[in-house]
Amino acid sequence: MEVNEQIAIEHGLKSDEYKKICQLLKRTPNITELGIFSAMWNEHCSYKSSRLHLKKLPTKGKKVIQGPGENAGVIDIEDGDAIVFKIESHNHPSFIEPYQGAATGVGGIMRDVFTMGARPIANLNSIHFGSPQHKKTKNLLRGVVHGIGGYGNCMGVPTIAGQTSFDSSYNGNILVNAMTLGLVKKNKIFYSKAAGLNKPVIYVGSKTGRDGIHGASMASASFDEKIEEKKPTVQVGDPFTEKLLLEACLELMAGDSIIAIQDMGAAGLTSSSIEMASKGNLGIEIDLNKVPCRETKMTPYEIMLSESQERMLIVLENGKEETAKKIFDKWNLDFAVIGKTTNSKNIELFFNKEQVAKIPINILVENSPMYDRKWKKSKLPKKNKIKNEVLNKLKIRDVLKKVLSNQNICSKEWIWQQYDHTVMGDTIQKPGGDSGVVRVHGTNKAVAASVDSSAVYCWAHPLTGGKQIVAESWRNLISVGAIPIAITNCLNFGSPEKEENMGEFVECVQGIGEASKYLNFPVVSGNVSFYNQTKEVGIKPTPSIGGVGLIKDYTKMISMDLKEVDNLVLIIGKTEGHIDQSLFARIILDEKNGPPPEVNLFNEKNNGESILNLVDKGYVKSAHDISLGGLLVAISKMCIKGNKGIKFHKSKNLINEIEYFFAEDQGRYLIEVNKEDLKEVTKILNKNSIHHEELGIITQNDMIINEKTKVTIDELKSYYTNWLPTYMS
Amino acid sequence: MKSSVITFPGSNCDRDMDVALKKFGFNNKMVWHDDNELPKSDLVVLPGGFSYGDYLRCGSMASKSRIMQSVINFAKSGGLVMGICNGFQILVETGLVPGVLLRNKYLEFICKNVFVKLDNKENVYFKNLNKDILEFHIAHNEGNYFCTKDQLKEIKDNNQIAIYYCDKEGKIEDQYNPNGSIKNIAGIFNKEKNVLGMMPHPERMIDQSLSGEDGSIFFKNLINNIK
Repeated sequence: MEVNEQIAIEHGLKSDEYKKICQLLKRTPNITELGIFSAMWNEHCSYKSSRLHLKKLPTKGKKVIQGPGENAGVIDIEDGDAIVFKIESHNHPSFIEPYQGAATGVGGIMRDVFTMGARPIANLNSIHFGSPQHKKTKNLLRGVVHGIGGYGNCMGVPTIAGQTSFDSSYNGNILVNAMTLGLVKKNKIFYSKAAGLNKPVIYVGSKTGRDGIHGASMASASFDEKIEEKKPTVQVGDPFTEKLLLEACLELMAGDSIIAIQDMGAAGLTSSSIEMASKGNLGIEIDLNKVPCRETKMTPYEIMLSESQERMLIVLENGKEETAKKIFDKWNLDFAVIGKTTNSKNIELFFNKEQVAKIPINILVENSPMYDRKWKKSKLPKKNKIKNEVLNKLKIRDVLKKVLSNQNICSKEWIWQQYDHTVMGDTIQKPGGDSGVVRVHGTNKAVAASVDSSAVYCWAHPLTGGKQIVAESWRNLISVGAIPIAITNCLNFGSPEKEENMGEFVECVQGIGEASKYLNFPVVSGNVSFYNQTKEVGIKPTPSIGGVGLIKDYTKMISMDLKEVDNLVLIIGKTEGHIDQSLFARIILDEKNGPPPEVNLFNEKNNGESILNLVDKGYVKSAHDISLGGLLVAISKMCIKGNKGIKFHKSKNLINEIEYFFAEDQGRYLIEVNKEDLKEVTKILNKNSIHHEELGIITQNDMIINEKTKVTIDELKSYYTNWLPTYMS
Repeated sequence: MKSSVITFPGSNCDRDMDVALKKFGFNNKMVWHDDNELPKSDLVVLPGGFSYGDYLRCGSMASKSRIMQSVINFAKSGGLVMGICNGFQILVETGLVPGVLLRNKYLEFICKNVFVKLDNKENVYFKNLNKDILEFHIAHNEGNYFCTKDQLKEIKDNNQIAIYYCDKEGKIEDQYNPNGSIKNIAGIFNKEKNVLGMMPHPERMIDQSLSGEDGSIFFKNLINNIK
């Protein structure tokens, strides 16, 4: 087939990008080469619209072993142990085919982690759906949950935390972000940088089929009404093969045979071979006839662009082929030497003894397009004036019922009960808390992880929203008694070609950067997903932040369930009554405008660190951060989980009671302390100039808010737990 | 006391079981599915997981593994064989215990704590246990135990029902049945009571930091009974 501009455009390349290719090659590419360019130069693989801005994120720190640029980030958790982690999106495929889309998202992120030599020890996910009333929502939710469970459960990796939200902006574009943490010894981390000449390049795992061809290009385009036609671009997952691949790779990694290893994810054999060679400043030669194929008559084009799952590419030490083959034979996996490293600095492909492609690797990687896209700065919206008469008409109990049973607050047990969250025998904090926590097997340490996003805040003011998510992630780790170490981000946005959406991206990234820098909470890995839009309608900007922290002694872990009657609950951080952009404003006042709550990074840091100090001294019996829904939601959850009540002290607060209970001011926590420790706790808080007040005293049952308002624990439970199972039944 | 845990391709609770058995004093060995011979063992465990990806039918391919012939011979000669979750599914496929395990009634994987009531303590697994109700943990997609009327009569007559799903007071009712199992059955024995298959995972309940400690009670008692 003769390649021309039209064919290039059909491959998702822009006209000037095609011209650049011809110019760089000094000739017209053939179809296989064009396929390779389209795979390497699409948004998903090249980060062409985002690279310029991502460079500004803080990525270094004392605990950072590996920042962005590898398969995943790596942090030091002391004693020679390290945690490898990353979050990644699988949005487009999940909308087209929810089960396989979500499943292969989970499979892909686990491969990124074990490629580096780490055994996956925890999965998390952040999933976002359209309005519950939208006709597709229920099936998409069911399919995605089954897919995530289907893959993670079979792999035997616990899913320990997650986040689910519903918003009509996702009606035509759901989001599925999957995150994995793996454990590795610091001196046994594997990288993707090839080294040495004439080293054998081996292919292991599943055979290559025609599935997923152009998956990465599909993920770099907007949806339209022909979306169903894209189904064949969705990959099909086989978690059983991946489990075998995991065990086989770890077995091989225990020895010293591997020079470099890279999983075949987006853009399959193309990107894995090019990345390894590029990082090693080498060339690579591949004989495509040697690639194990499961379908007949596959062309070089198809072999190079297939996104069949559960495959790895490895550069081996010379003479280790037999050792490696034995291991993969034992696990019944394909093994083939398909090529070698060269000094040509080209990727050279052969098929039926003919050269079918030859491209200088630097053209594909360093010369890939980078755009400084136009973007529009957002203004901070004006505050709404909410009249006291409006608030005074509301009954606390009615509002609490509506807020607690709202789809974005209510219990997600229906979801996480379908995920195996206890396999591996180290899960010490299950889903439903502030963070999931797993022990570092065989030690006293534990690792905490959470995943957060606040699309509404980001939509109202991206800069503040970006900061807020990082702060919330930090608080979620603090609330379980973990020292926050680093984050991974999954940046889900609309089209970068639209100034508004690009502006949302730029300013969210700026906010994330500012907060992570201030909190010393660097970004070590991540992924960008643009074009989350159907026709002209884009999603609300939805960066997801996955935070990871360390608990040095797991017996000191904190959970949110109230522990003991007669203990006191303190509010840490000041309640100013910020109602704009709160869940309360949206669902009770039907008010969608106004600024999100301000994020004061000094307070975040000070409050968080002081709580860790209190935790360390053993004063904190339970803790929970105050976030979506506000104070009353936070205390309700603590009551529900602990099966205890609370009697509120008479409020000395000057702001309206409703504002006090439902405001979403940032930097706040609830902590439970023993009466006898109160003096010492207060002293520490005062010394650090931390605003704190007593909320009330823990009782056997009933939440007694004031003389007029009493809610039983059973009522709270029914508000909190019923919505999702009822909706799904 | 010597134990062996069989690892099939796709097993994923093999390590957890190894940890649990060692914690309570077993000298445990991991045995590869493709081996011919079982090492000398006082107890053989078929662990949970997704052997052969649950393809064809859960447990069916594993039941034909090379090592399984030795396991079957060991069981037939009176050796103790315990199958947990996928291990139970494998046992059913070998015919060592009667019945089948169908997809959960609500067609969803389910992972949570459950209570089980012991039906019969006249066996090496539960003898001398000072509790009748244990809190265990389940995590499965195909735990819906089913057998024919005749089989049910037979296993009842032979006291082969090991545990039932119940509430914390021991009430065996429909609402405490997580997966639709016939008569709330969570685990059964062979006729001789040396083979036990059950869906719940005692190995996930061996530490107060985990889901609970009733697994510890089970394992401690088991090793004492074997001694």
